[in-house]
Amino acid sequence: MKPTNTNNPDYFHKVVDCQWACPAHTDVPEYIRKIAQGDFTDAYIQNRESNVFPGILGRVCDRPCEPACRRARTNETPVAICRLKRVAADHRDSDISDRLPLIPSKKNGKKIALIGAGCASLTVANDLMPVGYECTVFEALAEPGGLMRTNIPSFRLPEKVLNEEIAYITDMGIDLRLNHPINSMKELLAEGYDAVFVGTGAPKGKELSLPGREEGNANIHIGISWLESVAFEHTKSIGKHVLIIGVGNTAMDCCRTSLRLGADSVKVMARKPRDFFKASDWELEDAEEENVEIVVNHSPKEFVIEDGRLVGMIFKQVEYDIEHGRIVNQLTTGEIMVPCDDVILAIGQDNAFPWIERDIGMEFDRWDVPVVDETTFESTLPGVFFGGDAAFGPKNIIWAVEHGHQAAISIHRHCQDEDLHDRLPVLMNLGSRKMGMHEWSYSNDFDPAARRQMQHVELSQRFKDLTTEVELGFTAEQAQQEVERCLNCDIQTVFTDAECIECDACLDICPTQCLTMTPNGDIGNILEKLKAPRINHDQPLFISAELKQTKRIMVKDENLCIHCGLCAERCPTAAWDMQKSLFEFPRAATFSS
Amino acid sequence: MSFIRKPKIDLPSERQNEIGLLKRDYEGGLSTLCAGCGHDSITAAIVQAFWELSIPPEKVIKLSGIGCSSKTPAYFMSGAHGFNSVHGRMPSVATGAQAGNRDLICIGVSGDGDSLSIGFGQFGHAVRRNLNMLYIIENNGVYGLTKGQFSAAADKGSRAKRGDINQWKNIDPVSTAISMGSSFVARSFSGDREQLVTLLKAGIMHPGCAILDVVSPCVTFNNHLGSTKSYTYTRDHYHPASQTDFVPHANEIRASYEEGESIIVELHDGSKLLLKKTDSGYDATNRSSVMRYLEQQRARGEVVTGLLYINAELPEMHKIYRTSETAMKDLEYEQLNPGSEALAKLQAGMR
Repeated sequence: MKPTNTNNPDYFHKVVDCQWACPAHTDVPEYIRKIAQGDFTDAYIQNRESNVFPGILGRVCDRPCEPACRRARTNETPVAICRLKRVAADHRDSDISDRLPLIPSKKNGKKIALIGAGCASLTVANDLMPVGYECTVFEALAEPGGLMRTNIPSFRLPEKVLNEEIAYITDMGIDLRLNHPINSMKELLAEGYDAVFVGTGAPKGKELSLPGREEGNANIHIGISWLESVAFEHTKSIGKHVLIIGVGNTAMDCCRTSLRLGADSVKVMARKPRDFFKASDWELEDAEEENVEIVVNHSPKEFVIEDGRLVGMIFKQVEYDIEHGRIVNQLTTGEIMVPCDDVILAIGQDNAFPWIERDIGMEFDRWDVPVVDETTFESTLPGVFFGGDAAFGPKNIIWAVEHGHQAAISIHRHCQDEDLHDRLPVLMNLGSRKMGMHEWSYSNDFDPAARRQMQHVELSQRFKDLTTEVELGFTAEQAQQEVERCLNCDIQTVFTDAECIECDACLDICPTQCLTMTPNGDIGNILEKLKAPRINHDQPLFISAELKQTKRIMVKDENLCIHCGLCAERCPTAAWDMQKSLFEFPRAATFSS
Repeated sequence: MSFIRKPKIDLPSERQNEIGLLKRDYEGGLSTLCAGCGHDSITAAIVQAFWELSIPPEKVIKLSGIGCSSKTPAYFMSGAHGFNSVHGRMPSVATGAQAGNRDLICIGVSGDGDSLSIGFGQFGHAVRRNLNMLYIIENNGVYGLTKGQFSAAADKGSRAKRGDINQWKNIDPVSTAISMGSSFVARSFSGDREQLVTLLKAGIMHPGCAILDVVSPCVTFNNHLGSTKSYTYTRDHYHPASQTDFVPHANEIRASYEEGESIIVELHDGSKLLLKKTDSGYDATNRSSVMRYLEQQRARGEVVTGLLYINAELPEMHKIYRTSETAMKDLEYEQLNPGSEALAKLQAGMR
């Protein structure tokens, strides 16, 4: 086998599983270390550079980082990465104005129109304002925030946090036009903007066309529209018995909001078994903690109307044959009528672009959504860009933020008449963390502590109003223990083959047997020789050049390493060193510096 | 050394041995030896050998004298009995422990200073009595603990770290042990894990005094150009005289081998040692030819390794002394101390 090329930033980036999994590539271990040192403001700012909304995301992020966390591979639960982000946001200095990007007073003369004041558009503006662009944001509603404001209930995301983080961007000098829906793309284009960004989300909740739908309309609600109506206080109550159709994260918000608007019993009706739910585990847990009943294997058949009023729903009871996690057959075993006062449909959402004329030269695909380039986020009409849920359908906030970063680069390239596909590479810097003979500037001692449990407001206090935040955040003690659970995956084990004297010290001290020295051969030979078998082939395998004395090679299975640094501590020649990997991801500003 | 303890991580792939123990159950305390010390490597090999043999740690006594080498019993098998004795006096204490409880598996860890200088006499008598133990000499050619003076094992003409040339002829524990009538003599290298583990297993199971001289480079004081005990020198002059396979009693010998090119030695518990000759004509059971061979190779400057001499038939200490088959600690008080009447009778018989 040829030696691994660790100069490619992807190699070490992949080792930092959380950062690799995060769409915006937040440097998680670094901010956790900053929290550990009490530098909450630094941790916050560092988060903000990647994910723009740390306070918001620290509460409601979909957290792709946590399932990826290395900690979970030592037979434990992942580090509470998301909630630590909230710790940074909660405890930072209240005034961070001197840490925010400087906005030049002299503009570059380019005007950008952004449609929708949601997370995608705000990220684009956040990236372009410091470069000198003039950004105009058009928002149909009376307040900015998009889905973050309308679809996420305030008992999960307090308005104060939302307003504060949105204001950091709108205060950059954006021309924010509220109550200003865009009804014609053609007219907007005629206004002569240098580029247009569409960040209108996926605003159309899916319909369930069953018998009785129209007759019962007064008590049948579309989930996201209903949540929006609640957020703007148009809807203030709901019936005693509520059925939620669907088990996505919107369904979880709907059922918990219902409880706060006066519902006594809320049932979430699921068509399939639990393994097929779309909602995140933690959102399901939070709903169940509030005594929401989740009913599986019930497929909606019709709405029951009596005297012109909804009184219940009939469901088909279904049994499934499941093989290897896939449904291979289903059988209806019966029917049941479930009485209710209201039904909320939360079965998905679509993007909708009725306001974009089809004759302006923009190509639409067979689902009637614009064709968007996956790298540049440009539509087939040059100068018009899409991001967030508007680009490729419903995802989540953190993806919308990353789309915003990438679209901002494209808009900048477009306005400078540069090739949109000519993008800068990710840069990597490695710096040793050796402090003394056996001292490292990171906490390398493995802490077997279990994940800290988030404290919640007591159930008796929770339903009094809509705005009581359920999660209390970590206490100082909890945060202090939770940060120590981070394995510091960004402190990389860097091997210099020319220094190795083959004393075996690293192999013997490694607590996970992730190192092996073996004669070189093909991949099959090498895998056979590994001290601990390779169980995760998605994780990188490091292979060194042939060693001086015996011509053997050093092999490291990155899957198992816990970054304790003992190999480097026991290495007499510093052939192993612990080095911090710092990745620099290009942003719009990178291209202009 | 390192400053944090090796964390205990549950690995999905970790295997248990026949008695349900993990390899980490055979580990010991945090090593305070220099990073890269050969001794730590030997410690890891000992852990592996005992784990593979499925020996319960509480059935083992580990003994040592003084020196870097003699610190190492603290770094393996925390669950075993242990005695860190006086400089060079490990064999005496081992003899006492063996006399008191012959059921314990006895492993002595000593160094070139401990065994070839201050404890040279003790070493000789352990060999002569064929004390049933594995006697490891972690041999680095220097006094590491006192900053790198030549030990008695340093080769004549080798160079110290500060530049001095050694003028004294070395004491070779291998040829010394053979000439004193040892029943098992082997040499290995801390950097050859595979061979070392096999020889450790053979030595543990050998019914008698198994002398295992292990070249174990001192990274701090004896791993430079001009040293004859460095990683580089040892690898450059490495010469395995035989290849040993240890076959536990339950298993059959499956490996095919050329007739006349291999010797099978059966140990008392039914386990077997399969010695494959790598140098043709080398016979590890023929004492005089072994001595001749070692002298020949020494003149060539080779570091000869492998199981160099074995005689599994030589009676060990308990057999020579015709002591009780039952370990002394298991005898009833009345048997150990039959009373004044029995003493009087014994004395009367001697008058």
